[in-house]
Amino acid sequence: MSAIILFMATIAAIAGWWLSQQRLAAKPWLEEGVAVDFRGERGSSVPPAKIGLGVFLAVVGSLFALLISAYSMRNTMVDWRELPLPKLLWINTGVLIISSAALQWSLMAARRSDDEAMLVGLLVGGASAVTFLAGQLVVWQQLNVAGYVVASNPANSFFYLITALHGLHLIGGLVALGRTSAKVWRGAPMVRVRLSVELCAIYWHFLLLVWLVLLGLLTGWTENFVNICRQLLT
Amino acid sequence: MVDIPLDQVAGIPPAEVGEVELYHPRSWWTRYVFSQDAKVIAVQYSITAMSIGMVALVLSWMMRLQLGFPGTFSFIDANQYLQFITMHGMIMVIYLLTALFLGGFGNYLIPLMVGARDMVFPYVNMLSYWVYLLAVLVLAATFFVPGGPTGAGWTLYPPQAILSGTPGQDWGIVFMLASLILFIIGFTMGGLNYVVTVLQARTRGMTLMRLPLTVWGIFTATVMALLAFPALFVASVMLLLDRLLGTSFFMPTLVEMGQLSKYGGGSPILFQHLFWFFGHPEVYIVALPAFGIISDLISTHARKNIFGYRMMVWAIVAIGALSFVVWAHHMYVSGMHPYFGFFFATTTLIIAIPTAIKVYNWVLTLWRGDIHLTVPMLFALGFIVTFVNGGLTGLFLGNVVVDVPLSDTMFVVAHFHMVMGIAPIMAVFGGIYHWYPKVTGRMLNDVLGKFHFWVTFIGAYAVFFPMHYLGLLGMPRRYHDIGETSFVPASAHDLNAFMSVAALIVGFAQLVFLFNLVWSLFKGKEAGGNPWGATSLEWQTPETPPGHGNWGKELPIVYRWAYDYSVPGAARDFVPQNEPPSGVVAQGAHP
Repeated sequence: MSAIILFMATIAAIAGWWLSQQRLAAKPWLEEGVAVDFRGERGSSVPPAKIGLGVFLAVVGSLFALLISAYSMRNTMVDWRELPLPKLLWINTGVLIISSAALQWSLMAARRSDDEAMLVGLLVGGASAVTFLAGQLVVWQQLNVAGYVVASNPANSFFYLITALHGLHLIGGLVALGRTSAKVWRGAPMVRVRLSVELCAIYWHFLLLVWLVLLGLLTGWTENFVNICRQLLT
Repeated sequence: MVDIPLDQVAGIPPAEVGEVELYHPRSWWTRYVFSQDAKVIAVQYSITAMSIGMVALVLSWMMRLQLGFPGTFSFIDANQYLQFITMHGMIMVIYLLTALFLGGFGNYLIPLMVGARDMVFPYVNMLSYWVYLLAVLVLAATFFVPGGPTGAGWTLYPPQAILSGTPGQDWGIVFMLASLILFIIGFTMGGLNYVVTVLQARTRGMTLMRLPLTVWGIFTATVMALLAFPALFVASVMLLLDRLLGTSFFMPTLVEMGQLSKYGGGSPILFQHLFWFFGHPEVYIVALPAFGIISDLISTHARKNIFGYRMMVWAIVAIGALSFVVWAHHMYVSGMHPYFGFFFATTTLIIAIPTAIKVYNWVLTLWRGDIHLTVPMLFALGFIVTFVNGGLTGLFLGNVVVDVPLSDTMFVVAHFHMVMGIAPIMAVFGGIYHWYPKVTGRMLNDVLGKFHFWVTFIGAYAVFFPMHYLGLLGMPRRYHDIGETSFVPASAHDLNAFMSVAALIVGFAQLVFLFNLVWSLFKGKEAGGNPWGATSLEWQTPETPPGHGNWGKELPIVYRWAYDYSVPGAARDFVPQNEPPSGVVAQGAHP
C-alpha cells in the first residue's frame, strides 16, 4: 500500500499548503464586517471548471495509485509470471506523447488567438489519441494470439486491467475533446474556447504522466529504481 | 468585536448576477424531474435514499425475527438470513447514509449556506442523481435475479463472496458490484460539485472560517469520499473480473465442492486492504457531516455560540486526514504482522483526541445555554450520548489484544451500530426536523416528532445495549441460529427475543416519521422564513422555500460568522450572518 500512502501524503501536503493560506487561525467571533477578508474572500480567480478538473485528477490519481499498490502487493506472490511487453507498446507511447504535444501546441495557439492552428492542434491531438487506443487494442490482440490471455496469469490480468482503465479515461477525454473541437468548428468566441482547450491539454498531460508511470511499473523499471534507492539507503 | 472603520465597509456594491448565468427550467419535466436545481436534486436524493432505506429497515426486522425467535419463521432460512444481513449493511452504509448526507443534505445546504445560487456544475449534478438512481435500481434488482442477492456479508470478502455455497453467487454478487461501481461514478460527479462550490462559489465576505460547521463537515467528508471511493472501485472491478473472467486477483488456490477451482495464487488480504482503505474513511464520511449538523443544531437550539469554533474546524480536518491511516484496525485477525497491528492501534487511538475535542465542545456549548428542547435538539442530544457510547466501545476494539477475542462477535455489531448506525441517523433526523421548514415552508408536527424521538432513542438502546453483553458472552455475528452452545446461557435467548421486539417497535416508529413528513407537507403549521431564529444564510432567503436561484436579485453579503447567538446588547438573541454591523447600510440587503 506504499504507492497510495505516498499519493495521499502528496495530496495531504497540497491540502495542507492550501489550508495554510486560508487564515484558519482567524478568530471569526471577533471579526465583524466585510473588510477583514477582502483578501481571498471568494476563493481564487481560477475558473471553477479548472478547479473541478484538478479535483477530478486527484480522484483519478488515487484510482491509479491504488492499482499500483495492488499490483505491487500481488506481484510478490509465487504464481506471478511476467509477460513479454510487445514492441508496439513503445510506438504507442510515442503516439501518446505526440497527442499531448499537439494539444499543448493547440493551447499555445489559443493563447495567441490563432484559430486555425488551434483547430489543427486539436484534430492532430484527437487523431493521435485514437491511434494510441487502436494501438493498445492491437497490443491486446498480439498478446492474446501469443497465448497471454486475461485469466492465465495475474500479470496478464493486471496488464489488461491497467491498460483498459487508462484507455477508458482517454476515451472520456476524447468526448470532451470532441465537444471542444465542435465548439471551435462552429466558431465559438475565443474566450470561451480557450479554457476548454486548456482543460483538455491538462487532462492529456496528466494521462500521459499516468501512462509513463504505469509503463515503468509494467516494465519493472520502477521496481529496479525502488530497489536501487533501497540499497542506497541501507 | 473588532470595529471595522466605517469607510472601509460603507461602499460595498451589491452583487448582482447576470441572468445568463442561471439555469432556467423550461417545462414541468426539467423543473421537477430532470432538474438541474440543487434543491430539487437534494429532495430526489433524499426520497430515493429513504425509500431504499425502508427496504433495509424491513430486512433488519427479518434478521431480528430470526435471531429472537429462531426456527419460528419458515420464510427465513440460513441463506436468506445471510442475504438479509448483506443487503441491510450495504444499503444502510452506502445507499442510505452516504447518499443522504452528501447527496441530500450536501446538495440542499451547501449552495444556500455559502450564499451561492446553485452548484457550480448543475448539469453534472443532475447526472450524479440519475446515475445514483440507476445504482439503486441495479441494487434493488438483485432481489429478483435468479439466486437472489449476494449473502457474502457487506464486506464482500473473497473468496467466499464468489464461491458456490454463498447465496447469490450467480447473479447477486455481479449486480452488487456493478451497482457499487455505478454508485461511485455517480458520487464522483456530485462530489466534484460539492467541493468546487465550497471553494469557488462562496458569496462575498464568506471566508472559510465563517462557514457553518455543517458545510465544513460535508466538505471534508466529500474530499475524503472522493479519495477513498476509488479503493472500493478498484476492489469491485477486480472482484468482478475474478467472478466473470476467472482472473485470480484475490482468489487463492482452493478446492470448491470437492474439485480444484480454476483460481489460483490470489490474495484475499489484498481485497481486505483495498476494501478497508475505503471502509474506514467511510465511517467518517458518514460521521463528519453528522458532526457538522449536530454543531449547528446545538448552537441554534441552545441559543449560544458554538464553543471553540476554530478547534471544531481543525478537529474535522484532523479526523479527515487521520482516518486514512487506520484502515488495518479492521484486519487485526487477518494474520498480519503484530507490529502493523501496533501501528494501527496507535493511529486509531489518536483519532480519539480530535473526536473528544468535538464532544467536549458540544457539551461546553450546551453549558449554561438557553436550551430549547425542540425535536431537532432532542435528536442532537441523542446523537451526542450515542456517539460517546459507540466511541468508547471503539477504544476497546481499537486495541489489538481486546479486539482479538471480541472480533466477529455481537459486540462488534453493537459497537458499529451505535457509532455509525444510530448516531448518524440521529443527526439525519435532527437535520430533517430542523431544515424541513425551509424545504417545505411548513413545520413538522411536534407531538409526532417527540414520539418519534423517544421511541427511537429508547428503543435503539433497548436493541443495542444488551447486544454488547451478548458479544461479551461470545455470541458470534452472522450466525442465523446459535443452536446449543455451552457459553450462551438460555437467558441470552430471552434477551434476544426482547431485543427483537424492541427492534420491531423502533421500526414502526419510523413509519410515524414518514407519515409526519407527508402529513405536514399539507397540514403542517406555516413556518415562515426563519422559525428557529437561526443565523446562517439559508434562513435568510427572500422566499421560503427558496426560489429559483436561491437569492433575489443580489447575492447576500456576509458580515459575521454563523454563531452570533445571544450577543450582549443586540436587539434579538441572534444576528444573521448577512446583517451589516450597526451603521453600515449595504445597498439592497434583505431585511
